[in-house]
Order: sequence, then C-alpha cells, then structure tokens
Amino acid sequence: MSAQRTMATARRVLAQLRGDPRTVAMLLVVPVLLMILLRYAFDSNVFIFDHVAPILIAIFPFVLMFLITSVSMLRERTSGTLERLLSMPIAKLDLLVGYALAFGTVAVVQVALVIVVVLGPLGVSVTGSVVVLSLFGVLDALLGMALGLCLSALAHTEFQAVQLLPAVVFPQLLVCGLFAPRDQMAGVLQGLADVFPLTYAVDGVTRAAASAAWGGSLVKDLVIVAICIPLALGLGAATLQRRTG
Amino acid sequence: MLTGISLGVAEGTVTGLLGPSGSGKSTLIRSIVGVQRITSGSVRVLGLPAGSPTLRPNVGYLTQELSVYRDLTVRANLRYFAAVLGVDRGRVDQVLEDVSLSDRSDARVANLSGGQQSRVSLATALLGDPRVLILDEPTAGLDPVLREDLWSLFHRLGASGATLLISSHVMEEAMRCQRLLLLRDARLLIDDTPDGLLQRTGESDMDAAFLHLIRQSEATA
Repeated sequence: MSAQRTMATARRVLAQLRGDPRTVAMLLVVPVLLMILLRYAFDSNVFIFDHVAPILIAIFPFVLMFLITSVSMLRERTSGTLERLLSMPIAKLDLLVGYALAFGTVAVVQVALVIVVVLGPLGVSVTGSVVVLSLFGVLDALLGMALGLCLSALAHTEFQAVQLLPAVVFPQLLVCGLFAPRDQMAGVLQGLADVFPLTYAVDGVTRAAASAAWGGSLVKDLVIVAICIPLALGLGAATLQRRTG
Repeated sequence: MLTGISLGVAEGTVTGLLGPSGSGKSTLIRSIVGVQRITSGSVRVLGLPAGSPTLRPNVGYLTQELSVYRDLTVRANLRYFAAVLGVDRGRVDQVLEDVSLSDRSDARVANLSGGQQSRVSLATALLGDPRVLILDEPTAGLDPVLREDLWSLFHRLGASGATLLISSHVMEEAMRCQRLLLLRDARLLIDDTPDGLLQRTGESDMDAAFLHLIRQSEATA
C-alpha cells in the first residue's frame, strides 16, 4: 500500500463528488429531512421519537452510504477505469481505503448534521454521551460504505446495484429490533440478527444514547462494528480481479 | 478464445494488429497486458510473465472503453493517474501536448467530443512513459489530421525505444506500421511487413491485400 496513492484516490473521489453538488446536497439534507418527517409523524407520541431517533442516526447514514458506494464502485467497473487502475502499480487496498477516506469524510459531516438537528431543534435529549453516539453514527456509515463496496461486485448494472439495497439492507433492518423486539421474533430470525452487522450498530447507538457508562455490551457492539468494516473492505479487495474473462 | 497463435514483437518497433471486429484483437491485447484470464499458453513481456507487478509501470494500455472519469476535468484525470503511476506532474502537460489537448485541459471529459475523449484516454496511457504501449484502436473516430499527428507521435515513441502494438481495423493505417499481424477468426493469418504483404498478394493497396488474404483463407478452409 502507498499513502500517496491512497490519498490521491480519496482526493479524486471527493473531486468527483464536488462536481456533482446535487448528490452532495442529497447526502447531507435527506437524512435531516427524514428525521424531521419522523418527528412530526410521532407528533402525539414524541417519546417514541425520542427512542427511535438514535437508532435512525445509525441507519440513515448506513443506508445512504451503502447505496452511493455500491453505485460508484459499479461505475468504476463498467467504465473501464477499474481495469486501467488495476493494470497500473496501485494496490487494491489503496483504492478501497481511498474510497473509505473520501466517503468517511462525507459521513462525518452527514452524521454531525443529523445529530445537531436531532438534539437541537427536534429536542431529543440523550442521557448518554453525544461523542459516543456520533462515533457509532460514523462507524455505521463506514460499515454501509464497506458493505456497498464489497457487494457491488454482485451487480453488473446500475439497476442491479440499486436493488442490492432491498436485497441486502432491508433484511438487516427488519430483524435488527427496530420493527419488532428481537426476543419476540422466531428463533431463526434471532439467529440471523446475531450475524447481521447492522444489529450491533443499532444496539450500539441505543446503548450509547441510553447511558454514558462504558459497559461491556457497548464495547462489544463497537468492536464488532469496527471489525466488520475492514473485513468487508478486505472482501471487497478480493472481488477486484486484475484478470477477468 | 485464441488458438495456435505464436508471435513475438521486437523492442523499439511499431507493430500493427489488424483484423475484422470479433477476430480476437482485443483478447490478444488483454492477454499481453495481463488483464485477460488465460487457460493455456504463456505470454511474456520484457522477459517477464504478462501482468507481473514489476511490469505494471512499464506497460501503457489503452482500452476501447473510455477508461477515464467523465465527471472530472482532463487535468484532474491525468493528475490522478500520474499520482497512481508515481510520475511527476510535469508529465501531465507533456502528454496533453502530445495528444493536442493542452487548450482543453480544464474541460470536463463529459463535455468533450468523442475524438477528444479518446485522446484523454490515450494521454493517460502515455503518462508513465512506458517501454511498452499497447493501444486498442487509438485512432478510431478521429479526423485524418489528428490521425496523422498521432501516427507521427507513435513513430517518435518507437524511435525513442518504446515498443508499440497498435490495433486497428482501418487497413490504410497498416502502411504506417513496421510490421503487421493479421488476425482472423482468432487465428494469426499473417505476420509480415506491409511491403511483404503487398508483394505476397500482388495487390497495390492494403484493403485489396486484406480481402485477397481473407478470400484465400476461406478457399483453403
């Protein structure tokens, strides 16, 4: 790996984003708008929103980052730029970590905006630490990004890439405990929830919002989410083949 | 799927790879660059197996796809690839001049004409000053003046010691090569000089010589 090539890749990805202000605006504004929407959807039961908002701090950036990175990587494959890069002296991880740095920067801004709006104008108060909550938010965004990079290998067209969202993300959303408590789900689904990374992301933000104490479960959630990111990036690197048929 | 092809390309020469579309030109080129999965046989470049990591800085490759970022400017593309190749930024201006695009360096690739876009891609292949240049249809869609400019550039590069393998389906361009490889149906039909080819067929121009050879190969098939 080379720091110069990694940074050059990060700068290039950010330059592509700068050239597409509409995408940047949507990345930053959509999560905030969704939060506002939800706040008023629970207008007569604001306490439900208080409970759900931290979970969504984990989920919105995760979903958006998954989408945008899976499409970006697919473009890289279909436009021929990936083949060109791989015929050059660049390590696969230079490319993937470059992407991670660029989208990670966007994720930090995205999560910061959501948290400011949720804790400020929307009036949610968390007993836990805002810093830990933010850390989880950013890690979850990075997790979405890493999974998007890795799974984009399954898609051959942009239509397919977009449909990875319902195929890969929705099952994780449905069993993570947001819609129904996990202990009330069928045993198989509880088992599934135990292997889905989003489960730990959601548990982590919930715990982080509920208490400032660093319990063993919180550390476990953090470690699992943090390990899944390089794991998915590593799998992503394995999908980048220098030789193709 | 290429069969029964055995060939060598001498260093410092400009070799043309000709043949109708679907004849296997791109597969052969991809094998030499080392991006094609090969089931049998071997390809060596500069004495090393094709695709070896140490070869990557020394082999410039132009694909038929655009293979540059359409949403970035010409200069931003070249700067990025220069950083990946680890070459000096000064090379960016040099290659822009080589492909006559200096005046469009701040334009987004998406806003350029097709011919200009393909020259951005060619400039990228030239960036690393590679010892081996593999160009898949570098002059497709270009007007005669630009085509002439690029062929002069290719010969300058060859004269300075680079080895060029250039694919084309325009037969008149064959005359500009020192050596010709003619592919048809994934087989190597001819490996000769342009003059040798004309003499062999008794024709006066490349198009006719090519047709002659194809009819001949069909008659014997």
